[in-house]
Amino acid sequence: MTDYLVPGILLLTSVLALGKRENGYSVMLEGAGEGLKLIVSILPSLVLLLTAVHMLRASGAAEYLGKVLEPVFSFLGIPPECALLVLIRPISGSAALAVGTDLMAAHGVDSLVGRTAAVMLGSTETTFYTISVYFGAAGIRKTRYTLPAALFADFVGFLAASWTVRMFFPA
Amino acid sequence: MVMSWIFTGMLFFSVLFAALSGHGGALSAAAVEGAQAGVTLALSITGAVCLWSGVGKLMEKIGVTAFLSRLLSPVLGRIFPSTKKDARLAGSLSANVCANFLGLGNAATPMGIAAVRRLKDPKEPALATDEMCRLIVLNTASIQFLPTNVAAVRSALGCASPFDILPAVWVSSLLSASLGVLAAWCLGKVWTR
Repeated sequence: MTDYLVPGILLLTSVLALGKRENGYSVMLEGAGEGLKLIVSILPSLVLLLTAVHMLRASGAAEYLGKVLEPVFSFLGIPPECALLVLIRPISGSAALAVGTDLMAAHGVDSLVGRTAAVMLGSTETTFYTISVYFGAAGIRKTRYTLPAALFADFVGFLAASWTVRMFFPA
Repeated sequence: MVMSWIFTGMLFFSVLFAALSGHGGALSAAAVEGAQAGVTLALSITGAVCLWSGVGKLMEKIGVTAFLSRLLSPVLGRIFPSTKKDARLAGSLSANVCANFLGLGNAATPMGIAAVRRLKDPKEPALATDEMCRLIVLNTASIQFLPTNVAAVRSALGCASPFDILPAVWVSSLLSASLGVLAAWCLGKVWTR
């Protein structure tokens, strides 16, 4: 089903752009340049954070965290290996990307843990960052129930990621 | 400042656990390996990130965002009643949601901030209104049609069909967004100012 998704989107947007007399190629070039800037801006943080993540794993601390939280996570149906990812995801986007990539590499991209990590990354956001950017820029100081509601949404996302991966990719 | 605490905390627990479990020898090797893994990761997703960033820019230019806004306006009207009275609010709010949907984070943020500014309560401008809270929840739940960064990481790690997680991502995002908004709606009924 998803085989023609990427080529289809590429073709469709280019054809639509031609139909609208837009210089699609140069617009895409500009966008691709912005992508390169994004990579340059996140590379240093990925270096530092993957250093820390690899150290956490080599020291056995990541494994220990999974063991400690295993009763809770197993009860909820979340793979305990994803414990660090769940804890760090709402706080830092690049740290979550580092932890998630490490999980996918260590357990395999098509494993239960690897897929769950990918779906978690794809279906949740950096909650604390989003709230501080939006409310900070608009001068909102009384945030009321925004944080609990947003964290609840994250929690639902983590549960749903674990359950849907089991459902769509039965072992 | 938060990142300094997180980074230092990660280092602290690594050293502590390595010392307790006697894995100290592996730690320096892991540090250097991890640093290199950061470079490898960034480089190996560069192609896909640039490509999707280009496609996203083009989608915006040819009016995909505007088209999605029209499709979404009945749903957004229900979640954000103020959009029915304020056309500019409706514009920036739906642009924010649609840019997020297409994975255009850079375009989504200024639109979202503009929407939050227009949602302000004139009597108490520092207060988060109910509609603001719902907007933030919609943003943090990340309803994204194509999670291209994750797919880029997956294909960089040798995955043959990096987008095969799409149905799972869609169901998870929709569940977290809708239950999140529902929770915000319920909290709005009981939360005192």
